[in-house]
Amino acid sequence: MSATDISKITEKSKWQDITPGNQIYAAGTSREFKTGEWRTQTPVWVAEKCKQCLLCVPVCPDSSIPVEHCERQDFDYDHCKGCGICAKVCPFDSITMKEGQ
Amino acid sequence: MSQTVEIRWHGRGGQGAKTAALLLADVAFKTGMHVQGFPEYGPERMGAPITAYNRISDAPIRVHSNIYTPQYVAVVDETLLESVDVTNGLREDGAIIINTTQPKEAILPHLKGYNGRVHTLDAKKISLATLGKYYPNSPMLAAVVAITRVMEQEAFLREMELSFQHKFAKKPEVIHGNMEALKMTFKEVQ
Amino acid sequence: MSIRERLSGNEAVAFAIRQINPDVMPAFPITPSTEIPQYVANYIANGKMDTEFIPVESEHSSMSATVGASAAGARALTATSSCGMALMWEELYVAASNRLPLALALVNRALSGPININCDHSDSMGARDSGWLQIYAENNQEAYDNMLQAFRISEHKDVRLPIMICQDGFITSHAVENIELLEDSVVRSFVGEYEPENYLLNPEQPIAVGPYAVSNYYMETKMGQRTAMNNARQVILDIAKEFEAISGRRYGFFEEYQLADADYAILIIGSAAGTCKDAIDALRAEGKKVGLLKLRVFRPFPAEEIAAALSHCKSIAIMDRCDSFSGNGGPLGAEVSQALYNAHSTALAVNYIYGLGGRDIRVEDFEDIYSRLETIAETGQVTDQYDYIGLRK
Repeated sequence: MSATDISKITEKSKWQDITPGNQIYAAGTSREFKTGEWRTQTPVWVAEKCKQCLLCVPVCPDSSIPVEHCERQDFDYDHCKGCGICAKVCPFDSITMKEGQ
Repeated sequence: MSQTVEIRWHGRGGQGAKTAALLLADVAFKTGMHVQGFPEYGPERMGAPITAYNRISDAPIRVHSNIYTPQYVAVVDETLLESVDVTNGLREDGAIIINTTQPKEAILPHLKGYNGRVHTLDAKKISLATLGKYYPNSPMLAAVVAITRVMEQEAFLREMELSFQHKFAKKPEVIHGNMEALKMTFKEVQ
Repeated sequence: MSIRERLSGNEAVAFAIRQINPDVMPAFPITPSTEIPQYVANYIANGKMDTEFIPVESEHSSMSATVGASAAGARALTATSSCGMALMWEELYVAASNRLPLALALVNRALSGPININCDHSDSMGARDSGWLQIYAENNQEAYDNMLQAFRISEHKDVRLPIMICQDGFITSHAVENIELLEDSVVRSFVGEYEPENYLLNPEQPIAVGPYAVSNYYMETKMGQRTAMNNARQVILDIAKEFEAISGRRYGFFEEYQLADADYAILIIGSAAGTCKDAIDALRAEGKKVGLLKLRVFRPFPAEEIAAALSHCKSIAIMDRCDSFSGNGGPLGAEVSQALYNAHSTALAVNYIYGLGGRDIRVEDFEDIYSRLETIAETGQVTDQYDYIGLRK
């Protein structure tokens, strides 16, 4: 079985095009699914206040705080749903929440 | 329809009436017969009355009900005579075989006027004499073979010896006693 | 060369499992199926097979572990009865909807309450809508033969559904009877190796099993299951044909016994069919045109084939070994009646419930049922359309 192209399985797909048991023959396909548009509030990273303590990274339910070379980067707004947990956990007020996208 | 011998066993949980029925099925199978050996489960408790059955036939057996009009009944524990209707449905042209230390005359009043043949066996005496312990199974099995004649006694002894050799491969010293119990039963059963 | 043996139904199924030598068997004991994992554990301990046996803490876990093993790519099965199956309920549906080809050796036992260890079909019949294939046995031979065919059907690429191999608790599971066994090598080449196309432990192709499917996907998924169940019809017949070639024993959706010219027919599942056959022989000797349809495959349900086989009958007793408490009859009664209706059958049909909680059914009971069927056909009147057989009243 070749890897499932999840862009071809949509809410318009006929039953014949749904894989048996809904199995998905691919890994990491949730990357293709942009949940960022669900956001009603948006976290803003204030880089100059950030001490890179990385407390915000593990608490993010959507893995939307990328880390490179041991330092967090700006938010992955394609997937961040704006829950605000990162802002709550930040000890240095370096994440603020703004209304809307 | 072919001839099927039907046997009902009465015993108490833990005494091995079920095992005896399965052993009889086993040995009859080895002499080329079609067999059924099955228990009827009530309360699964030590000492509770239990019933087991055998059908032995020269043709395949299809029926899967219990046995209501057996040709033979084997009673492994005489105390059951008080509480269980052991002759219920027993055919008059058949026989009942009872393990008891009492003489036949003392048993008859408990059999509700059963007019068929009544056989008794003191399995305890035989078991203690040959095995030094009380296992009513082997003597009762031999008595049932002797009375029902579902197989030749010699074929029975031959198959049982093979079976004991297999079962007691790690304690061959008990094989002789078990065989003696069977042979003594053939002489003692009345 | 077949091997002449005498085994209980549980021994026969365990023997089949040893010959199949599946990859994984998680199990939790419950009467009357306990002996199956017990014998398998013995075989493993004695080096006769190398299945990974997982002792678990409940049936919820045994089916979960079977599901997990199957998703991982293993050939897996478990065994249970009655309340054990009830505790697997959630996983039964998970196994079917995830399209996992795994097996359950079910020893039919009444569900509580009142608590009862003896046979009826309330456990598997309750799970009739779970999406599992269900095959039933009359005796130890059929339980063995069905077990050997199970994985071939279940794993077929057009099917990929879990399969339940059912036999009657105590009546066949604990009864020692003659049986013909196949040689290990014959079984091994018949069953073959399991080579799943996709599985979790395949590093070449990562997959996800059991994703969330919202309303927009759920019905399409169910249609996939339904289609697989439908595909199983031909697969079951094809595998039966292959099995006949190695065993000489013929299987289909059902067995017809003296049915071809029968005016009065009984339709039944399981061990009581043998008892019914003895009644038929006795009545045929008196010139009565009586016959039997013994259903082997209940899922998928061979509705058209059943209706065709019964099309010439004047009256039919559909026998259920469980009550559905619909107030109208048992599950088999409902489905066979539907099949007859859709085929425009004019036969008069009754639905009799028998054998609940191990209540015995005798040759005489079947003779009585045939006599009732004769009266129904002669008078054209159906009284007691839905009745209990062997009830004290």
